[in-house]
Amino acid sequence: MKKQLIELRVNGLTRELAIEPSALLLDVLRRDLGLTGSKRGCDDSSCGACTVLVDGTPMLACTLLAFSCEGQEITTVEGISEHGSLAAIQKAYGDWGGAQCGYCTPGFMITVKHLLAVNPDPSDEAIRSALSGNLCRCTGYTQMYQAIKAAIEAEKKGMATVK
Amino acid sequence: MTNDYSIIGKSIAMVDAAGKTTGSGKYADDLSLPGMLYGKILHSPHPHARIKSIDTSRAERLDGVIAVVTGKDAPNPFGILPVGHDEHALALDKVRYVGDNVACVAAVSETIAEKALELIDVDYEHLPASFDPEESMKAETNLIHDNKPNNMEKDYHHVFGDPDKAFAEADYIAEGRFLANEVTHAAMEPHCTLAAFELDPHTGTLGRLTVWSSTQVPYYLQHKLSLVLEMPMSQIRVIKPLVGGGFGGKSEVIPIEIIAAVAARAAQRPVKITYTREEVFWAHRGRPRTIVDLKTAVKNDGSITAVKARVVQDGGAYCSYGVVTILYSGALLGALYDIPNIQYDGYRVLTNKPACGAMRGHGTVNVRFAFESQLDEIAAKLKMDPAEIRRRNLLKPPCITINGLRVQSYGLPECIDQVVTRSRWNERKGKLPRGRGLGVACSHYVSGAANSIIRSDMPHSTVNIKIDRDGGVVIYTGASDIGQGSDTMVAQVAAETLGCALSRVKVVAADTDLTPIDIGSYSSRVTFMNGNATLRAAQQVKKQIAAAAAKKMNCAPEDIVFKNDRLERQGLCGDGRLARPGGAELRSESATVSGRVEGQILRGSLQQKRKDEGPKDSITFEEAVVAAIDFHGALSGTGSYTPPPEARGGKHKGAGVGPSPAYSYSAQVAEVSVDEDTGEVTVHKVWAAHDCGRALNPVSVEGQVIGSVWMGMGQALTEEMIWKDGLLMNPGLLEYRSPSSVDSPEVEAIIVESIDPEGPFGAKEASEGSLAATIPAIANAIYDAVGIRLHESPFTPERVLAALRAKRNAKPLNLTQGVDPTAPAKFREHGGELCFKGKGPERHEFDPARREAQLGGAD
Repeated sequence: MKKQLIELRVNGLTRELAIEPSALLLDVLRRDLGLTGSKRGCDDSSCGACTVLVDGTPMLACTLLAFSCEGQEITTVEGISEHGSLAAIQKAYGDWGGAQCGYCTPGFMITVKHLLAVNPDPSDEAIRSALSGNLCRCTGYTQMYQAIKAAIEAEKKGMATVK
Repeated sequence: MTNDYSIIGKSIAMVDAAGKTTGSGKYADDLSLPGMLYGKILHSPHPHARIKSIDTSRAERLDGVIAVVTGKDAPNPFGILPVGHDEHALALDKVRYVGDNVACVAAVSETIAEKALELIDVDYEHLPASFDPEESMKAETNLIHDNKPNNMEKDYHHVFGDPDKAFAEADYIAEGRFLANEVTHAAMEPHCTLAAFELDPHTGTLGRLTVWSSTQVPYYLQHKLSLVLEMPMSQIRVIKPLVGGGFGGKSEVIPIEIIAAVAARAAQRPVKITYTREEVFWAHRGRPRTIVDLKTAVKNDGSITAVKARVVQDGGAYCSYGVVTILYSGALLGALYDIPNIQYDGYRVLTNKPACGAMRGHGTVNVRFAFESQLDEIAAKLKMDPAEIRRRNLLKPPCITINGLRVQSYGLPECIDQVVTRSRWNERKGKLPRGRGLGVACSHYVSGAANSIIRSDMPHSTVNIKIDRDGGVVIYTGASDIGQGSDTMVAQVAAETLGCALSRVKVVAADTDLTPIDIGSYSSRVTFMNGNATLRAAQQVKKQIAAAAAKKMNCAPEDIVFKNDRLERQGLCGDGRLARPGGAELRSESATVSGRVEGQILRGSLQQKRKDEGPKDSITFEEAVVAAIDFHGALSGTGSYTPPPEARGGKHKGAGVGPSPAYSYSAQVAEVSVDEDTGEVTVHKVWAAHDCGRALNPVSVEGQVIGSVWMGMGQALTEEMIWKDGLLMNPGLLEYRSPSSVDSPEVEAIIVESIDPEGPFGAKEASEGSLAATIPAIANAIYDAVGIRLHESPFTPERVLAALRAKRNAKPLNLTQGVDPTAPAKFREHGGELCFKGKGPERHEFDPARREAQLGGAD
C-alpha cells in the first residue's frame, strides 16, 4: 500500500510522517517515531500494555489506525514525566513494587494518570475498576494499589517525591 | 545477631525501576539495528505429519524477501537437557504439534514476510496423532520420536523406606485421583530475538554473532547456539536486555532464538523475530496437565506414615525440561513434612501438543495440590484441625529426608502460626456462614538446584567486581533479571558488604562477553547462588581495600569497619567518636596515632595532603578506594558459588533433581465464597506467610509472594489451556483468562525469616515456593464453604456445579462435555486432522450451533 503523509501530535510535538494508511498507531509510535515505551503484549486489545492517551482518553494503540488520530493530541508514557524528573506515580510505582518486570508498566502509567486526572481521590473500588483493562502478570496488582495511594498522598502534599 | 544492616533488609526501589516506569528501559523488541530485517515463522497446521517436501522458491522471489530458511539450514538437534536433544530450530522431517516451526522468512518488513509465508509450499503426509497421555503411553506405532517407545519420554520408580509395610499398619488410608489441567506462563512480553553477525576482518566472511534475546538463561543460549550453528562459544555474544517476565517460559532455549540467528546468517543482515501472542502460546513450555493418583497412610494421631504417588504428565511433543519436571514431582514429596516412607512412580509422556517445560514452582505445584487436598480430607476424617495435622508432621531440622534432601533452616512452623493468627483461623474456621469458608495449605521450594543441568565442576555462579578510582563499584554478574529484581539484590549485597552507598553501585548483567558464567534465572537460584557469589567477590575486594586502608589508618585490617560509606576503626561510632561501654566517649582526634603511610605511590598534592593529615581513625570509602588502587594497581575481585557436596542428594537414579542448598517454606490461608447457583468461586483474601530466610529487599519479597499467590489463584480458578485435537482453543490473553484487577483478591504477605546458615545474609528463595500452596488452600476453603472436594483444577463454575450436583445425587449437567479435555476421544472422528471432515462432536442440546444445524443452517 502506498504511503501517505500525516501529521501526528505526540507528546506536545507535531511530527510529519509518511505511513501506510493501514498502519497501526502502536507501530508508528514504536517504529517510525522511536517511542518504544508503549508495548505490544497481545495484538488484540486484551492486555493494555500499549495504552496511550488520545485527547486525554486512554486508547489501545495496538488496534487503532494511526490515521484516525490525525489532529488529536497523543500522549505516550514518554510524555508523562514532569519537569524532567519522575512523575509522582512513576516514583511511587518504583518504591512500592508496582512494577516488577515493567513490561505492562507504561500502560498502567497512562491508565493511572487518566484515573487521577478525572478522579483525584478515587476509592479502592474505583482504582480496581480503572486498572481492570490492563493486565499484569507479575504483581497480582496489590502493590500497585499501595503505589497509587502513595502517589495521591504525594500529590496532595505537593511533593515531587514519595515515601 | 542483631540486625544492624544498613542496606539489606530495607525496602528499596529496584535499580532499574525508572527505566520501567518512564518507558525508557529497552526490551528486546525495542531494539533495532541499521539494515535490520524482520523474521516471520511458518508454523505447522498439523499435529503430527511427515514433511515430504518444502518449496520456498515462490517466497524467495517476492520483492523484499532476503532469505528463506528451513530445517536443512540448521540440522543439528538441541534441547535444554543434555538427555533431551530432540528439537530442531526448524523441522527437519516431521512436525509434531500445531505450531511446530517449519520455515522462516527474513524480509524488509513484517508485512512482506507474512505475505511470503503464504507462498511457501509444504507437502505433508499426515500421521495419526496422540493427544491424551494415558492413550499415548500405549502407542506402538506412529511414535512421536522414534527412539521413545510407547511415547514415554521418561519414567521413574522410586521407593524409600517400606511403604507397603506402612500402608499395612496404617490406621487410615486416603486414596484419590487428582487432575490439574495445563497452564502457561503468559508473561507480558512476547518472546523476541535480534541476531546480528559481524564480518570477520581477516576472512571477509561472517564472523562473530551477537544475539539480544528475551531469555532467562543467556549462558545456555550461547551454548545451544554454538551447538546448532557450529561456532565456538567465544564467537557468540548473548545479551539479555530487560525481560518482560519469564516464570520459566524463557528458562530454556526456544526455537525462535536459534531461528533468528540462522536467518541472520542466511540473509547476512541483522534479523529480529518477535512472536505474536498466539505464537507465544504455541511456544508454551508451561506446566503440563498432570494426573496424580495419590495414596496417603496415617496414624490416628494424624502422623503421616507413607505416601504413594503415581504421576502422569502430558509433556507435549519434545523433552524440554520434562525429565526434570517429573523428577521434581516425586522428589519434592519430601522436605516439607516428615514422611518416612515414599513410593513414587512418575511418567513423562509425549503427546502431539506444544512442549511443556518449567513453570513457576517447577514440578511441585500439581502434586502439592493433590497432597494438600488429601491431607485436608484426612484431617476431616480424623476430626482434626487442618492446621493441627500439618503441625503434627513437621520435620525436625537439621535433617536429611528419606529421599536424600538436606533441610537446615525451616520456618514452616512459624509460617503456620502466622497465617493461623492473622486469619483468625481458630475463631472463624467452620463457623462462617454457608457458602463461605477458610482453607489452609503449605508448600516449599528449592533455592536453586544443587546439581546443574549440565554436569560439570564449574561453579553455578561467578561474579566479578571492579571498583573505580572515584569509588564507583561495578558488578559484573551473569544473573538474569527478569523482573524479580536480581540486579537490585546483587547491588544490595555488594553495597552492604562493602559498607558503601548503594548509589555507588552499577550492575552490568547478563552479557556473555562481559559477565562471568551464571547458569541462569530458574529454580529460584539467583538470590542464593548469585547472591553468595557477589558476597564473596565483595569480600575479596573489601580485603584489598582494608589492607591498604589499614596502612593509612595505622591499624590491623581486621579492625576496620566498613559502614555508611566510611571506613572506621572498630569501636568507633558513626560520627567518628570512640564508643565506651560506660557511655563516656572520647573524641577520636585526641587519640593520636603515630606512623606514616608506607609502600604507596603518592603523587602531587594528594601525597602532600595525606602526609599533612597523617593516619586517621576514619576515612571515606572513596579515600580508601584511592589508597587501595594506589597500593594494588587495580581493584577487582571475583567470587563464585558451588553448592556444597552435603546438599547434593542421594545416589539413586534421578537423585540429582530435588536437592537444594536450602528450601523456602510457605503456609497460606484462603478465604473464599462459593455461589451455589452459578458455581462461581470468589477468593476474598489470602494470608500468605513465606519463609525466605532473610528478606534482603522486603518490598520485593512481598511482591514475589503476592505474585506467586496470585498466579496460583489463576491456575486454581480460571486459567486453563483448552485443546481440541492438538489445537489450542484459547490462544489469547482474554480467552486464557489471566485474572484482572477486579478478579484479584487482597493478598497479605507475611515474611518469616529463618536465617539460613548458608544463604547470603541468611536469604533463601522467595519467588516460587508460595504458588503451590494457593491452589489447595482455595480447594480446601471451597470444601469448608460448601462441602465439595474438587479433584480437578481449575475450579471453574462448571466443575463446581457438577460437584455440587453430584453431592446432591442430582443428574450431571454435562455442560463441559463438549470441551472437556479429559474426553479427547469425542473429537477423533476426523482422524487427528484439523480440517473438518466428519459429522463433528456431539453438541449439547442448548448449543446454538446445534440448533442451526438442525434448521439446515450454516456448515
